[in-house]
Amino acid sequence: MSVKDKVIAIIAEQAVLEPSDVTEDSSLEDLGIDSMGLVESIFAIEEAFDISVPFNANDPSESDFDISSVSAIIAAVEKLVAEQA
Amino acid sequence: MRRVVITGAGTINPLGSDVPKTMEAMREGRCGISELNIRDIDRLAIRIGGQIHDYHPEDRWNRQQIALYDRYTQFALIAAQEAVAQSGLTFSGDLAAHSGVVLGTAGGGLQTSDENYRTVYEEGKNRVHPFVVPKLMNNAAASHISMEYNLKGPSFTVATACASSNHAMGQAFHMIRSGMSDAMLTGGSESMLCFGGLKAWEGLRVMSKDACRPFSANRNGMVQGEGAAIFVFEEYEHAKKRGAEILCEVSGFAMTSDAGDIVMPSKQGAARAISGALADGRINKSEVGYINAHGTGTAANDKTECAAVADVFGHHADDLMISSTKSMHGHLIGGTGAVELLACIMALRDGVIAPTIGYEEPDPECALDVVPNESRDAKVEVVLSNAFAFGGLNAVLALRKH
Repeated sequence: MSVKDKVIAIIAEQAVLEPSDVTEDSSLEDLGIDSMGLVESIFAIEEAFDISVPFNANDPSESDFDISSVSAIIAAVEKLVAEQA
Repeated sequence: MRRVVITGAGTINPLGSDVPKTMEAMREGRCGISELNIRDIDRLAIRIGGQIHDYHPEDRWNRQQIALYDRYTQFALIAAQEAVAQSGLTFSGDLAAHSGVVLGTAGGGLQTSDENYRTVYEEGKNRVHPFVVPKLMNNAAASHISMEYNLKGPSFTVATACASSNHAMGQAFHMIRSGMSDAMLTGGSESMLCFGGLKAWEGLRVMSKDACRPFSANRNGMVQGEGAAIFVFEEYEHAKKRGAEILCEVSGFAMTSDAGDIVMPSKQGAARAISGALADGRINKSEVGYINAHGTGTAANDKTECAAVADVFGHHADDLMISSTKSMHGHLIGGTGAVELLACIMALRDGVIAPTIGYEEPDPECALDVVPNESRDAKVEVVLSNAFAFGGLNAVLALRKH
């Protein structure tokens, strides 16, 4: 499974949606994922890819991890996987 | 109605090993947050905390006692000793029969749990020390205090996460006011600065890696601390008759539940607790000069708390002072309200308002007088102490100058 498919699967599970319903341009908010769901998704991503995601719930915009859309999250995870490989 | 006063205070916390040292540190705006010294720190992302350094239990207790006292119990006993000594009370006869201890703690003997899980899981041993249960239980500290001072009345532990101490002190206040008891020991203790305790908090991603900056626009989370504070609450006539030194009066208390979210705070829940404490103490809003904020330094708490204060006080919110001493001692979780009550006593008795240190940038969502960085001399008649816990459980105490 590619990074993209894996990330989408994680987000879909969190949002209780089918992966096919998770479009890359949607935001987590569009998918009904709240701040707790976000923290849980990041945990699942860290576990799935064995990476460490720099994210502070107090200031998501300043964290060095773009969560503005599904595609942004995929890109950020791809970068972290490459860096932390 | 029976009135309740405080006639003794004791503490050990990252700012000082007793009340005078703690108040001096608060007055000077000192920071007790430093690099953590705990096992496996290299496996933690968060490496700072309000840890009590240069602490040697063996200077105070023998081997048998230490085998029974978790670190949180040790802190509670140290604080209780100072408080009881200051009060001058001796518990015997009828007084002892009706006096008890109500203590707040969230984690109880968490150091003991952490150490012994290591023993069985990490080291693979199949045997633990025989006193693990009496050492880790959440009521251990309350029980040891009761034994130390012969307190034979109502004694128990309250666990409402970050509001534990305030809930505990509220119970003690009610017991004295209602006539159940003439004197109670109350407060809180916490020692969660161990690998497991910190790792769990790390998971929530609400911890700061560098500092606790409540109300500051650039705040980035909470910092954990450890320690205890214990008080002697006493019925006013009882205290007056024996000529006790009265530190201040406890005049109101209220608790509410948000019935909303397990971690996100609610403005309404907080505001109802604040208004409730005022109503309970028959206090006019305009009398309140200072609020010791819950002020955790998280994005969510600080703006919600400021909005709640603005809602309750209206225009008067701009005239009162509100500070978070967590910027100095960190968040003592179940013990935090107790240590923060010291700042309230200092405000009423000494006319010194403890600052919010680490304050760097104003936040329009926290536009109150947060006493930034330096303490202030001010005469105040009534102060409040806020505590708003995870789980939406809120507890606010109102204190009056005596």
